[in-house]
Amino acid sequence: MATLGNSAVSSPAAQALYARRRRGNVVLLTLSFAATIFGLAWLVLILAALLYQGFAGLSLEVFTETTPPPGAAGGLLNAIMGSLVMTIIGVVVGTPIGIMAGTYMAEYGRHNKLTTVVRFINDILLAAPSIVIGLFVYEVVVAPMGHFSAIAGSIALAILVIPVVVRTTEDMLSLVPNTMREATAALGLPRSVMIQKVAYRAAMSGIVTGVLLAIARVSGETAPLLFTALNNQFWSTDLNAPMSSLPVTIFQFALSPYPDWQKLAWSGALLITFTVLALNIVARTFLSPRTSK
Amino acid sequence: MADAVMTGLQTAGIDNAKLRRLARLRVGDSTFRGLTLAAALTVLLLLGGVIISLIYGSIPAFSTFGLEFLTTQRWNPVTEKFGALAPIYGTVVTSIIALLIAVPVGIGIAIFLTELCPPWLKRPIGVAIELLAGIPSIIYGIWGLFVFAPFFQTTIQPALIALFGPVPVLSDFFAGPPYGIGILTAGIILAIMVLPFITSITRDVFDTVPPVLKEATYGLGCTTAEVVTKVVLPYSRVGVIGGIMLGLGRALGETMAVTFVIGNAHKISASIMAPGTTISASIANEFTEAVGDLYTSSLIALGLILFVITFFVLAAARLLLMRMNVKAGN
Repeated sequence: MATLGNSAVSSPAAQALYARRRRGNVVLLTLSFAATIFGLAWLVLILAALLYQGFAGLSLEVFTETTPPPGAAGGLLNAIMGSLVMTIIGVVVGTPIGIMAGTYMAEYGRHNKLTTVVRFINDILLAAPSIVIGLFVYEVVVAPMGHFSAIAGSIALAILVIPVVVRTTEDMLSLVPNTMREATAALGLPRSVMIQKVAYRAAMSGIVTGVLLAIARVSGETAPLLFTALNNQFWSTDLNAPMSSLPVTIFQFALSPYPDWQKLAWSGALLITFTVLALNIVARTFLSPRTSK
Repeated sequence: MADAVMTGLQTAGIDNAKLRRLARLRVGDSTFRGLTLAAALTVLLLLGGVIISLIYGSIPAFSTFGLEFLTTQRWNPVTEKFGALAPIYGTVVTSIIALLIAVPVGIGIAIFLTELCPPWLKRPIGVAIELLAGIPSIIYGIWGLFVFAPFFQTTIQPALIALFGPVPVLSDFFAGPPYGIGILTAGIILAIMVLPFITSITRDVFDTVPPVLKEATYGLGCTTAEVVTKVVLPYSRVGVIGGIMLGLGRALGETMAVTFVIGNAHKISASIMAPGTTISASIANEFTEAVGDLYTSSLIALGLILFVITFFVLAAARLLLMRMNVKAGN
């Protein structure tokens, strides 16, 4: 037996096979390492370009003056304001609906058919093209009203907020231990009180994470605003009129032939990216002590 | 019955005020339950509303052009003749290019993260990949237009033309002047955008492979490459395909990044370096400028086609991932 084993290992054929397998291993591992470098390189390249181009145009005027006509000086004040207003309204409208729906799925109908269907549909909404949501809001809100408006833009953003919040709320409530629910029930408290006073508190950090991620998502959304809130060259706080927003302004300015506008577009891009990345990082640190070890 | 209980409770020493509070709690309880149910149904209503409104909006286009809408590529707002073939073609081709690049790279990163990466580096790389997913698509667009496209035009495209020019069939794919923008550029930008989605899902399903299976294979004397190709990948195949489909769903519907770099030309060219258009880019570019019901309706019909395609792709992805979850025992 021993001699057979020895000869099998040391025979030239076995040596060649071993060398080939080793080579195959080195090739695959090198490729996977190269893939990682390749993937991370884009993040570095994009952030470097943003910092370089964005800071070149960043000044106090960006925050204090409204969008200029071509060739004149100006800033992004109305766009920043518009983005803030519509994002806030969208989140304020979308979050309660999302939390309530997630509550139903995790607390009342955890194992029923409706929850399975809602979860499936919600996952599709989560990844559905946002431009289609824009078309939907155009059909349902803009067309009947007869004009573009900040309200329509906020509704479109709210529709994008809902699936994100539903998903995280359901996931986080599912993590709340059942013993806590049972202990509350043993005190004789109704289920709604248990959910509001116990389950929500236990899942709070997770739900907040979901809302932050939702804010991060909608604050960079452009497509659903293009034909709902449109754009506005001027300062406007009228919710019933078209309203400017950072992403749409970037879209318009970047594709224009005017260097001033392109410069402002880069500054706006820098602002949005760092807001979104900061929200993402804050959301992750909120979550990390509990679930992601 | 309720009265009997009440009197029973009253004799047990519970006064009316407490009973009223109990009744209020009970009403609050069912109200809360009703509200949560209504919110859950709202999610279903949203999807139903999207589908119905898109169908309703696209009726004029489909009743004018019929099924020819799907098979012709003319797109003439002046004579009001519209066909969706060019945008559909552009959407499909850019997504295929994106997947051809993003799938091997994504799986490679997932292999690195699960098999090679030292533990202290896992989290930073994972976060970096997820930050890539968090960057808004308009940023990819502006970066693609001002940074990537010029570089592509002066460096990569001439090289590709020189490389494939003498090859009989491939020369058609890589023909034409290097514009910088076009189908290929859009495909590459899309690849960068879907890469994080494919990577994070592939990594997650790789993590569901039971360690004992891997350890047993290592115990037989297998190399890491053999463990990955012969155990990890076969075991997690369904989940990986689900992740790829999810990435495909993103790529098909992505709007802003593509709009910047595709060139917006309503024609089908043999060359993938030529400008083209996708469904979402056409809608984004033309919707607010569309005059006339037929033009608007044709664009909404494009939206309907996009939604139907992505719906089926995403539904397939979810079903595959659900199967994977059942296998993992969740």
